[in-house]
Amino acid sequence: MFNFLKKPSSKDKVKQRLQLMLAYDRAQFAPGKMEELQEELIEVIKKYFPLEDTDYDVTLERRDDHLVFIANVPVQQ
Amino acid sequence: MNAKAIVITSGKGGVGKTTATANVGAAVAQLGDKVAVIDTDVGLRNLDVVMGLEGRVVFDLIDVFEGKCRLKQALIRDKRVEHLYLLAASQTRDKTALSEEHMQETVRQLLEEEGFDRVLIDSPAGIETGFQTAASAATGALVIVNPEVSSVRDADRIIGLLEARGIEEVKLIVNRIRPEMVKRGDMLEVDDILEILGVKLIGIIPEDEKILVSTNIGNPASLSDTHKQSAGSAFRDVAKRMRGEDAPFPSFEGNPTLFSGLRKLFGGS
Repeated sequence: MFNFLKKPSSKDKVKQRLQLMLAYDRAQFAPGKMEELQEELIEVIKKYFPLEDTDYDVTLERRDDHLVFIANVPVQQ
Repeated sequence: MNAKAIVITSGKGGVGKTTATANVGAAVAQLGDKVAVIDTDVGLRNLDVVMGLEGRVVFDLIDVFEGKCRLKQALIRDKRVEHLYLLAASQTRDKTALSEEHMQETVRQLLEEEGFDRVLIDSPAGIETGFQTAASAATGALVIVNPEVSSVRDADRIIGLLEARGIEEVKLIVNRIRPEMVKRGDMLEVDDILEILGVKLIGIIPEDEKILVSTNIGNPASLSDTHKQSAGSAFRDVAKRMRGEDAPFPSFEGNPTLFSGLRKLFGGS
């Protein structure tokens, strides 16, 4: 009821950190590798589409039992 | 659990592997199984001390491997419980003195020739040779985890390595839960840890001073502590579940109540 007034507990923070940490661990990704992958991926996509010159977003996300690779890459219209 | 040879492991050190091995081993024996507990932490042996059997170690696991004694001679009988035996690690050697083949052969002999119902293998910390050797003889695993970030991360790694070895029956013991901290949202709940690690639960052990007292005197708490909310009782429950007996889980769930929420709002703890 008063959840919106409350600071997130340290438990919520550690849970979030762990989920992200383990997502990388399980995919055997060193955190720096993700940026490397993003750059390569953008280069490949650029061969086929003109891209918006904005921030790209490449992440691993947990969805139920799966780890999902998500790339958010705006394309020029 | 279907598995008769069970490795007790955690990745991280100091989370309670040896304590769990001693307590679950003693409790399973008390329930009627013939149990051998094996210390594989060569060079840093401790299971004998936790069980109060350090004065009776004559031969150890390495002596068996090297043919200096027969398996039977190295098995130390615990006089407090019927059918409980310890196979100690060597204190003066290192992990290279163990081999997976020897380990597997020893466990096979215990189960097939010496008539043991369960063999609990206390693994050393880490993910290297020592752990691999301990796991090589097991068909099931108890993973010990503390509700703490580095322990959970290491447990996840260990679970991956157990699965890679083809060990499918992996059960989790959450050790050192502090209900007060869970209640105020400062400790991971058991459900959080299960969700993160994706394995089945077999025990929730509360933090309990009496565990230290019981190791001080070398008498597993699961044999002596009858208090309902004690760690000793919680270890007895693990033993029951391992044997397929019914033992409901205690609740340490910490959904903050309206009252504690309000208290927090006004700066209380």
